[in-house]
Amino acid sequence: MEGADLKSLVAVKRVVDYNVHIRVKVDGSGVDTANVRMSMNPFDEIAVEEAVRLKEAGFVSEIVVVSVGGACCQETIRTALAMGGDRAILIETDAELQPLAVARLLKAVCDMEQPRLVLCGKQATDDDASQTGQMLAALLDWPQATFASDIALSDGMALVTREIDGGLETVEIELPSVVTADLRLNQPRYVTLSNLMKAKKKRIDVVSPQTLGVDIASRLIVRKVSEPKPRAPGRMLANPAELVEQLKQLKVIA
Amino acid sequence: MSALVLAEHDNHVLNAATLSVVAAARQLGSGVDVLVAGNDCRDVALQAGRVAAIGRVLLAEAPHLGNASAENLAAQIVAVAPGYTHLLAPSTSTGKSVMPRVAALLDVAQISEIVAVESPDTFIRPIYAGNAMLTVQSTDPVKVITVRTSAFAAAGEGGDAQVVNVAAVADCGKSRVVSRDLTRSGRPDLGSAEVVIAGGRGLHSRDEFFAVLSPLADKLGAALGATRAAVDAGFVSNDLQIGQTGKIVAPRLYFAVGLSGAIQHLAGMKESRTIVAINKDPEAPIFRVADFGLVGDLFEIVPALTKALE
Repeated sequence: MEGADLKSLVAVKRVVDYNVHIRVKVDGSGVDTANVRMSMNPFDEIAVEEAVRLKEAGFVSEIVVVSVGGACCQETIRTALAMGGDRAILIETDAELQPLAVARLLKAVCDMEQPRLVLCGKQATDDDASQTGQMLAALLDWPQATFASDIALSDGMALVTREIDGGLETVEIELPSVVTADLRLNQPRYVTLSNLMKAKKKRIDVVSPQTLGVDIASRLIVRKVSEPKPRAPGRMLANPAELVEQLKQLKVIA
Repeated sequence: MSALVLAEHDNHVLNAATLSVVAAARQLGSGVDVLVAGNDCRDVALQAGRVAAIGRVLLAEAPHLGNASAENLAAQIVAVAPGYTHLLAPSTSTGKSVMPRVAALLDVAQISEIVAVESPDTFIRPIYAGNAMLTVQSTDPVKVITVRTSAFAAAGEGGDAQVVNVAAVADCGKSRVVSRDLTRSGRPDLGSAEVVIAGGRGLHSRDEFFAVLSPLADKLGAALGATRAAVDAGFVSNDLQIGQTGKIVAPRLYFAVGLSGAIQHLAGMKESRTIVAINKDPEAPIFRVADFGLVGDLFEIVPALTKALE
């Protein structure tokens, strides 16, 4: 077991809570996030939980939580620390960041911290990009395992079961590596008040993209954010026979 | 300007997802080449060559390319990328794993799951589970894109493109596929099926899920799908999950059975052509996106519907 010196880094993102009905701004410039309930991206929560379980099982020695964003991300970080993270780094910036910029920032942190395993969610529920983990792995020239539903560590390797189209795939990757968490990896624990209080004593280092020497310039220009096209109102039918008749009329069934 | 499309395949058969990506690439107004990277997969290259209006098919063959490993596949794409302005792949589990890696290696942004091409540098993609649509312009010299295949009609046949062998990259050696456990259902692939029947927690159990929905699926030649709640409850495996965190489908006909229509599920199916909802709760949100609704006990309605189709 290499738990004695296997440092894990977990990247977490603060996003609009997935239960919130988002509103598109009338000027088309984006989604209204003012006065909206925010939470940790649910897939990142699964990544944190996995790191904590690996530590509890003796495979991981230390968990460093990293987040990128405004000062408000401290709240998200505290949640991760309350779940079992040991300490944290906040890369503080109010800039709108795209996955490549985030991956570069995370690479700079990995260069400093030298983790053996980076865990993150498979996608964030705001931009639905599903890029950061893979980009980070590429920048570090590390192997990756996306969409993980099971992780086992041994002898400098990770055996990861991945959710792929049509079923499951098991890959063996060399550490250090990046693994992105899918839904079925685990069920994250609830954060207790006492753990939240304890987490307040844990260290959060705050750094800036400038001190890390990372260019975070955006390559993509947001032209417009709009509402999806609404569907025409439907019809309630009395029975299956009527449905069959309607579908035949529309020629969607023969 | 020219575009390169990464072919999705299993070393034997070209996956239909590739045809939709070719269709999207054609909308860029440039030539379209296809890269087939795999092991002993010349048949796939020949199939790709028959897709209409393809320029060339690049074929890279090596044992370590046979499993679509993200590390090797990304390196292969980067090796043949010079000269192309657009690199595209379907937003399958392979495409989503590989293309961000390609983008990072090329030091450019990646644009995920486009549903429309506005111009060669401007694309539309859903965000927030499809509750908002983002129009985004790329200033990068190379656009690395994944395509939501359900948003583009498949390119037709009739091409006769030349297959050109290209050198395979070396094995990165840091990753190895140990095993694959693919579900063999005998039903059409969920991602490309014309008819999809999806069930939710209202089906009560795994046994009832299949007992009720399979006869209808058989009758319509449909794929089966499920909500995240049904997957969490253990009714079906996760590869049948439809929604923001599962598959995105847009079939000709979609049956939503015993599911309420959570935002995260709607994100995966609301672009379907015709939606039929069957639920006992007339207030269920699924009825707001459905073209036709039947309110009542699904355990009576679905068998009656199956019978009515005879």
